[in-house]
Amino acid sequence: MNPPETGTAAPVAEAPAVPHHYLNHSKGFLSWALTLDHKRIGIMYLIGVLSCFALGGMFALLLRTELWAPGDTIAGIFVKKGGTKTAQDIYNMWFTVHGAVMVFLVIIPGVPAALGNFVLPIMLGAKDVAFPRLNLGSFYLWCLGAIFFILTLFMGGVDAGWTFYTPYSAITSTAVIPALVGVFILGFSSIFTGMNFIVTIHKLRPPGMTWFRMPLFLWGSYATAVIQVLATPVLAITLLLLIMERTLHVGIFTPEYGGDPVLFQHFFWFYSHPAVYIMILPAMGIVSEIISVHSHKRPFGYQFIAYSSVAIAIFGFLVWGHHMFTSTQSPAMNAIFSAITFSVSIPSAIKVFNWLATMWGGSIRLTVPMLYGLSFIFLFSIGGLTGLYLGTLSTDVHFHDTYFVVAHFHYVMMGSALIGMFGGLHHWWPKMTGRLYNGKLARIAWAFVFVGFNVTFFTQFLLGSQGMPRRYYDYLPRYEIYHKISTIGSYMMAVGFAIMGVYLLQSIFGGKKAPANPWGANTLEWHCTSPPPHDNFKTPPAIEDCYDYSGIDYDPAIGGYTSRANPPK
Amino acid sequence: MSEHETQTGHGDGHAHAHHPSQSHHWDTMRQQFEAGKLGMWLFLATEILFFGGLFCAYFIYRANHPELFEYGHHALNKEMGAINTVVLLVSSLTMALGVRAAQTGNTKQLKLMLLVTFLCGCGFMGIKYFEYSAKINHGYLLGSMFNYSKVKDHEREARDHAAENAHAAHAESVFGAPAVPVVVPAEKSVFVDAARQPSGLAPEVREMHAEDHGADSHGADSHGADSHSGDSGGHSEAGLLPVDGRPPNIHIFFSIYFMMTALHGIHVVIGMGLMLWLFFISGDNRFGPSYFTPVEVTGLYWHLVDLIWIFLFPLLYLI
Repeated sequence: MNPPETGTAAPVAEAPAVPHHYLNHSKGFLSWALTLDHKRIGIMYLIGVLSCFALGGMFALLLRTELWAPGDTIAGIFVKKGGTKTAQDIYNMWFTVHGAVMVFLVIIPGVPAALGNFVLPIMLGAKDVAFPRLNLGSFYLWCLGAIFFILTLFMGGVDAGWTFYTPYSAITSTAVIPALVGVFILGFSSIFTGMNFIVTIHKLRPPGMTWFRMPLFLWGSYATAVIQVLATPVLAITLLLLIMERTLHVGIFTPEYGGDPVLFQHFFWFYSHPAVYIMILPAMGIVSEIISVHSHKRPFGYQFIAYSSVAIAIFGFLVWGHHMFTSTQSPAMNAIFSAITFSVSIPSAIKVFNWLATMWGGSIRLTVPMLYGLSFIFLFSIGGLTGLYLGTLSTDVHFHDTYFVVAHFHYVMMGSALIGMFGGLHHWWPKMTGRLYNGKLARIAWAFVFVGFNVTFFTQFLLGSQGMPRRYYDYLPRYEIYHKISTIGSYMMAVGFAIMGVYLLQSIFGGKKAPANPWGANTLEWHCTSPPPHDNFKTPPAIEDCYDYSGIDYDPAIGGYTSRANPPK
Repeated sequence: MSEHETQTGHGDGHAHAHHPSQSHHWDTMRQQFEAGKLGMWLFLATEILFFGGLFCAYFIYRANHPELFEYGHHALNKEMGAINTVVLLVSSLTMALGVRAAQTGNTKQLKLMLLVTFLCGCGFMGIKYFEYSAKINHGYLLGSMFNYSKVKDHEREARDHAAENAHAAHAESVFGAPAVPVVVPAEKSVFVDAARQPSGLAPEVREMHAEDHGADSHGADSHGADSHSGDSGGHSEAGLLPVDGRPPNIHIFFSIYFMMTALHGIHVVIGMGLMLWLFFISGDNRFGPSYFTPVEVTGLYWHLVDLIWIFLFPLLYLI
């Protein structure tokens, strides 16, 4: 099985010379702009996604600041004299932009397109993704979509909410169409990435890399890619119909012209519920890697974790109706959707319990990625369990459209998907940049983010259960204390992310050189140099059990780990 | 690695060096071909779901408002739809032959087949053009563009034609028999006003139109043929079209009709572009047994476009 492995001493001999890697392979703007290298495309995505995260985060801070006190707090400052927009309109625009940017530009492409692009082919032992040109095309589609979003901001913003519910989205005078076009384009970017990953995993697995030897991140990415391919086109046609509804009043979604607004909700959630799993599944894949590597122990129930990713992807298509329990859906449909919704908790719980069992008896090191991995388990459990309240018909009637929902999906989308993404970022940062970040600052930043997150959003469960409706610009004085605590939490998170930005940037320019394998992992990406060479693998790597840590030894001379079976090239 | 090389067999055995069309990250041409094909199948799955949204809208409105479809489909021209179905089926055959030609390296036949497929696409779009112009001219349009006064005029004409037909048996030869050759030139005249009437039209009918609607709706009258000649044998069918008994929100039927057929038409045009592209790159025996991926996957795409029409035609025109 093993291809001829010669020159085990090669890395030591090569090290003093300027190592050749994907970053210094070629130079100049065009060598990046026209690159077909999945690693560079991944880095470009990462830069884009993190910039958009900063943009979306800024709007989140504006929202929280506005909610510091009842009545107008800061939105009034943005009201133009003599304009038609009120402070309330400005607030509506803020939450729409925050939601749409975070969902469509950050979380959905975050793990698959940014981290996945970089890691997936190397982890698989491939030289690139199946269709490198299509991959670059996806990136430019993402850019185009982002441009449309920014255009929307300059055209006076959009205030329909990220869900674009009709009939309001069909009649509001704000720039809905550019935003819809932006989402439509981003959808295609996501579809092409998904197609690329499916074909890569099917056709570019090197001999020896069987399905059940694949790292769990690849299973997560595969399940994600299937959803991207099968769900996103429905969103595309829905948005197209909405554009037609706005321009030509085709009468599908607006009652005024004979249409049915609930039909829009069905169409929209047929994509957007699976999209929740587009966000969470790859993050779960990352956490599966992190927990195993940083506990130095084989994942407990590998096959169960792998299959549960696929099960979540399948269940994800069958639960969209739980967004419409209060939208005149028939009681029978409600009951069915509620039951299927509960069944999603089975594969989700399998994952959580397997992660816990993986750590059991492992040699756990509280590295920065591990802190994020543990945060994921904690926050995802809260997010998942509060989902049960919303999946239960009787309680959902009370919680629907309150801050309880806001808190729930932030625990899942931000506390899980984004925290997982940041875990992955910290896990693979040394591989991507070849530099180590400042561990102390990273821990401080993590503490700010983790504590700040819970302060911000746990309070919102309380707010919601007491009846505070979501998307409201103003509120009764009795909610004030919770809103104040929540706002303070959001500032703590902002501090944490600011520190993160500082030490990550600092590591690029002055960080310690990273060893090839700083964590003692055994998946293939840690068997090539940090950063990886242009072609990933000069000779096909030896495919062995990627969770067997027995042959991984710490070498104090290089500050990292070496593998006996598969020495770095 | 060795596993894959033994599989290549039918492919690039003739040359040990890489095929010029092989990318660096593939071990073999066969692996690359299979990946391309899988990618195309995935893309087709997304296309089905993309159209699936519209089909879903169709079925929901059909179930909730059957009267819209009952009424609306009479306004569509079944003959043209049927001819277009045949045109697309023929193009699928020529495409399949083209793929075969690419696989055997018969460049001459490949080019011929691509050209015929392209021309079939042109034919389809041409017929579509006449259908669309008729609808536009009669005001049968989507959403708020639906023109009730034009539609009303047109329907009155249609009823009058039907009434006339009931009395004048000879008129049947005008409306019924040579549907295509009569209709096509007549549709063109739509924009040229009343100057070009179908010559066989009974003079009484022409007079009746003149007094009913004045000059400007005249061009439309050839559409008596358009909308009703398809209801073969049943002139009474025309009577089913109520002048003022239109179901409410009838524009929704035309919204669905136009959006589905236009989206399909866009796909046909894209397919035609691909045919031309293949036609121009297929020189120098570029395609042969070892490399025919672009022709193969374009063929898959074209068959899907054909298949979607096979569903659209009966759903919109016949039932």
